[in-house]
Amino acid sequence: MEIFRAENIYKSYAAHNALQDVSISVKQGSVFGLLGPNGAGKTSLIRIINQITAPDKGELFFNGKKLKPEHISKIGYLPEERGLYKKMEVGEQAVYLARLKGLSKIDATKKLKYWFEKFDILSWWNKKVEELSKGMQQKIQFIVTVLHEPELLIFDEPFSGFDPINTNLLKQEILKLKDNGATIIFSTHNMESVEELCDDIALINASKKILSGNIQDIKAKFSTNSFNMEFSKGFNILEASIGHQYKIIDHLKNEQTERLKVKLLDTSLSTNNLISHFMQFGAILNFNEELPKMNEIFIKVVEDTNAENLSKDE
Amino acid sequence: MNKILLILKREYLTRVKKKSFIIMTIVGPILMASIMIVPSILAKYDNKNQKIIAVIDNSTIFKNSIPNTKFIKFEYINETSITKFQKTFSESEYHALLFIPKNITSSERIQIYSNKQPDMDVKLHIINTIEDNLEKIKLIKKNIDVETLKSVIINLRLDTIKWTEDGKEEKTSTEITMVIGMMLGILIYFFIFMYGSQVMRGVIEEKTSRIVEVIISSVKPFHLMMGKIIGIALVGLTQFVLWIILTFAIVSVSQAVFFPEANILQQNQPTSILESGAENLDNVGKDVQVEKIKDLFSIVKSYGWTVIILSFFFYFIAGYLLYGSLFAAIGSAVDSEADTQQFMMPITVPLILALVMAQSIISNPDGQIAFWGSIIPFTSPIVMMIRIPFGVPYWEVALSMSLLVITFIASTMFAAKIYRVGILMYGKKVSYKELWKWLKYKG
Repeated sequence: MEIFRAENIYKSYAAHNALQDVSISVKQGSVFGLLGPNGAGKTSLIRIINQITAPDKGELFFNGKKLKPEHISKIGYLPEERGLYKKMEVGEQAVYLARLKGLSKIDATKKLKYWFEKFDILSWWNKKVEELSKGMQQKIQFIVTVLHEPELLIFDEPFSGFDPINTNLLKQEILKLKDNGATIIFSTHNMESVEELCDDIALINASKKILSGNIQDIKAKFSTNSFNMEFSKGFNILEASIGHQYKIIDHLKNEQTERLKVKLLDTSLSTNNLISHFMQFGAILNFNEELPKMNEIFIKVVEDTNAENLSKDE
Repeated sequence: MNKILLILKREYLTRVKKKSFIIMTIVGPILMASIMIVPSILAKYDNKNQKIIAVIDNSTIFKNSIPNTKFIKFEYINETSITKFQKTFSESEYHALLFIPKNITSSERIQIYSNKQPDMDVKLHIINTIEDNLEKIKLIKKNIDVETLKSVIINLRLDTIKWTEDGKEEKTSTEITMVIGMMLGILIYFFIFMYGSQVMRGVIEEKTSRIVEVIISSVKPFHLMMGKIIGIALVGLTQFVLWIILTFAIVSVSQAVFFPEANILQQNQPTSILESGAENLDNVGKDVQVEKIKDLFSIVKSYGWTVIILSFFFYFIAGYLLYGSLFAAIGSAVDSEADTQQFMMPITVPLILALVMAQSIISNPDGQIAFWGSIIPFTSPIVMMIRIPFGVPYWEVALSMSLLVITFIASTMFAAKIYRVGILMYGKKVSYKELWKWLKYKG
């Protein structure tokens, strides 16, 4: 089931194109990664989803219906540029922000107390925001974002400003929200967390979507057909290196085991074929395909399109 | 609509709860009340001790002819020279020593010796009586009858009387009208500036603290802007109403405390400065003073205060809305208050211009400058308020008001467009060209 869909979105600011023909589809209950280099148009798209700005062209759907202002209360948004009123008290401010999202005062207070207790920060309630550290403020912003239990959550660089312990805490909370049925759109430069959290991604570069889909599919698509193997002692490297459908690109000999990195040249060969072939030369302890890291895919795709754009310009 | 109310409430409450607001609200009326009553209190208590003035009269003209007053007593001393007093004066009970030389009629000079600066009213009293006496002596010498002289001296008084709509007569005073008009104009100017820049600062605060994007993901930027502008307008109105109430309360209470004998409590209030002047001069034409004060009252009362107050509130609110929205637009376009200078110029110029024109407007409240100044919406709140006490034809007021309303609606829409884009722009030096582009961005 699809919770959100953007179709052929265009947005430009005067001479500058922010988005060109960008479409995304977000599955209900998934974590969707919105990736791209700085200035690619991610924030523009996120602002359009939040109805902060309107697209020049294109349509948006929420739960199959056209996106309308009343959907605001079903969306939670943690912007990259975020802050709080410095002179206001924490509790008062959190209640205010929750009420802007449509919660009643009583509901907001009750829910806030629950979250404050959970994060063990109830003692901050009457403190002024300026007395808190940046990390503490981030926690409050996170709580305010999720407080009204939105169906769709949008996090723009949520981990910036958090120490590793709090980053981890936040990741756990995001996954918990997902388990509870929320859908999450997640924009970040941190590829490690993308691999950890995301089900699907869309990669935007220079205002265009250049890559999208399930993260596993994408990895398979960018597979270099490399395999890591580990053999017990007594592996026959000489005979193994004769095969012509593959190439041994790395060989490491330990006291107990031998490791091998193999690149498959003949892609018609299945993994099973490969395993049975290598079984002749020794006892396989370990076998796995080396999938590319999201980081590598990101860099490769972005650099390729940039080079393409450059050559087009010339 | 609900959300505007929430924003409005926050903007209002955080400002009203601020220490600076509370202090301003208390200090303002104390200042105003003290301007009104302190002079009369001072006059009452300051002179309570009778001052004794020693007199050496070598001319022998004035023996006992300088009248004592409540506060000044003259003691004549049988001495001819001042040397005896010179050293011991500070130990004596005398406030000052008045020396009248023998040849006073020709020299027309007297001296006051004292170890401190003698009071103004002592000096005036002495000068007045001695002058009178010398004049009389000279008149007698020249054989002119005092009564004859009095009958030819003319003291002309001009009464200005205004015919009201229904043909009644009202005494007016151009001077008082000028003062009232000027005060109203300055007050409007002050309020627009003070609360307009509060709007701007509020917007900048939201931008620099980066909370604005969090908020506009829940409410429309326009709602946020309007909530802020209206919330601050209410803060201004609250302050204004509190000032009036508190000033009145302080004046009434302190008058009840300091002048319990005065049953002219209300009458006393706006004229206490004049009244204290009358007390100082005491015997000198007190009746005239009292009459003047009574006149003043009937004149002050004769203004259509309901009209003045109602139009004041209208021009305050409409003028503030016009400028407040522009201030909000400026706040949204910059990253810090230091960057506001270049955009403040076009806003402050018409306001200051209106104030500069005030002088020529009060001297010619129906002239061309006054007329156009009170029609053009950017100056009309100030200029019209200056003119209103003079009486302005209804059609002019109606035209001015409707133009102002139309303009503030237009300026709000214009400001909203800039605001919407500006609040999400960080770290960019914005030019007028840039602002023009923003106006054309789509939602």
